[in-house]
Amino acid sequence: MSIIVSSISQGILWAVLGVALYLTFRILNFADMTVEGSFPLGASTAVALIAHGTNPFLATIAALFVGALAGLITGVLYTKGKIPILLAGILVMTACLSINLRIMGSANISLLDQKTIFSLSFLQDLPKYFDGVVLGLIVITIILGFLMWFLQTELGQAFIATGDNKVMAAAFGIKTDQMTIMGLMVSNALIAFGGAVIAQNNGFADINMGIGIIVIALASIIIGEVAFGDLSLNQRLVAVVIGSIIYRLVLLAVLQLGFSTNDLNLISSIILAIAMMIPQARKYLKLDKVLHMGGKAHD
Amino acid sequence: MTNPVFSLKEATVTVPNGTTIMDHLNLDIYPEDFITVLGTNGAGKSTLFNVISGDLPLSSGRVEHNGEDITAVPAVKRTAFLARVFQDPKLGTAPRMTVAENLLLAEKRGSRRTLKNRQLTAKKLEKYYELTKTMGNNLEDRLQTATGSLSGGQRQALSFLMATQVKPGLLLLDEHTAALDPKTSDQLMAATNHQVKDNHLTSLMITHNLKDALTYGNRLIVLNAGKIILDVRDEEKEALTETDLLRYFTR
Repeated sequence: MSIIVSSISQGILWAVLGVALYLTFRILNFADMTVEGSFPLGASTAVALIAHGTNPFLATIAALFVGALAGLITGVLYTKGKIPILLAGILVMTACLSINLRIMGSANISLLDQKTIFSLSFLQDLPKYFDGVVLGLIVITIILGFLMWFLQTELGQAFIATGDNKVMAAAFGIKTDQMTIMGLMVSNALIAFGGAVIAQNNGFADINMGIGIIVIALASIIIGEVAFGDLSLNQRLVAVVIGSIIYRLVLLAVLQLGFSTNDLNLISSIILAIAMMIPQARKYLKLDKVLHMGGKAHD
Repeated sequence: MTNPVFSLKEATVTVPNGTTIMDHLNLDIYPEDFITVLGTNGAGKSTLFNVISGDLPLSSGRVEHNGEDITAVPAVKRTAFLARVFQDPKLGTAPRMTVAENLLLAEKRGSRRTLKNRQLTAKKLEKYYELTKTMGNNLEDRLQTATGSLSGGQRQALSFLMATQVKPGLLLLDEHTAALDPKTSDQLMAATNHQVKDNHLTSLMITHNLKDALTYGNRLIVLNAGKIILDVRDEEKEALTETDLLRYFTR
């Protein structure tokens, strides 16, 4: 039972990444590699600050700002420097490796015996792993609330239009470069924030904790979409959270089959690949049905 | 005659390979002019529109709006007075947003977009229902549909409504009916003509259809090699025939 609760708690905590990546991957329509750098950036910033005695809540908030900064750099490289988005993201991600080492001073920092946001007394009173569930739910509710509000504002609509049709957006006076940069900043701020929360949940920050992050975040988006199909924008954001939980449960099931945690990145990639191929497979299956019906399908 | 709304003075564009695609062009657009723009491929029609919209900077010359020099004003700022309908139905609308959402976006053309709620109220929807009904192609029943699933004609009608919803100082129609079937094209053309007249719009319309160019508008220009080789208005334009026009295409 407790491993299932643990998986659900991980799913909720990591859902922050899926929701954040949704802004760039689905709304702006590109894959932002910056997240593999901003995630450990947020983690190392928060953990280093906490280790130096900063209030854990302030440290977690600080992660938001460094993440936004990483997004700003990628955004400027892409829109003003005309560097292709994939490369711009990889550049910032790679640079973050050095930055993170500078911030932490070593390849990892432990939070043993340090106060974190999980040290709140009401969380301590909960059964094991429920602290992650409760805090995760509070965090994701606030973030979803913020995004749902923002996307319905005039500015949010301009942001959506930019991702949907840049030419049209520009023709109606929307500053598309600014919208793109803003999206990257908000997305990476949230990713870094997620990194800070997850590092405190794990009890440490590690220089390599960003590897494969984009696959996990994408998996929650895609699983959410495959599981729920056609939804409104707000519902899609909630579907990402559920997708993230499903992903963790699938991962748990696979690990129960006897795979080791060393296989995690392989398994993550396979899960994502399968999830992404499901719509295609559905098409083929329907095609099979049509073939079985013979001439009836063409009338 | 009144002062021009928009002027190009000795406007010249030379592309990096040395070709001059707009050659010391002079054009004064007066209030309520409805100018049809003709010319062969490569004559400079798109260049003209891109220079007006600010997407293409001039190599030399001046652009004026209401007598004010706006040569250096970027495209995104010019949207405050300028609206455009593209030839490709896909370019004018946001495919994943609904018809109503697109109209709402267009309502803020050229003005600041803030953190205020977008206000897609029942009253707004009612207004949009009446507005889209004027196009006569059932667009009004699809207000909550994603634009991507509309027909080309409906999408183009929507693009046109979006461009004219907030009255533009200058409207650019870039072969906006060319991608449509003849019947739909005629319908949209007639609707365009009504709107332009009823709302006293000032507009330029690129077309390859000589008949449309003669039927609609009060003024006609023919471009060739980046220059205006014919500029006629009113009675002079009405006296023109397709045969007259064809001569300008065979030189």
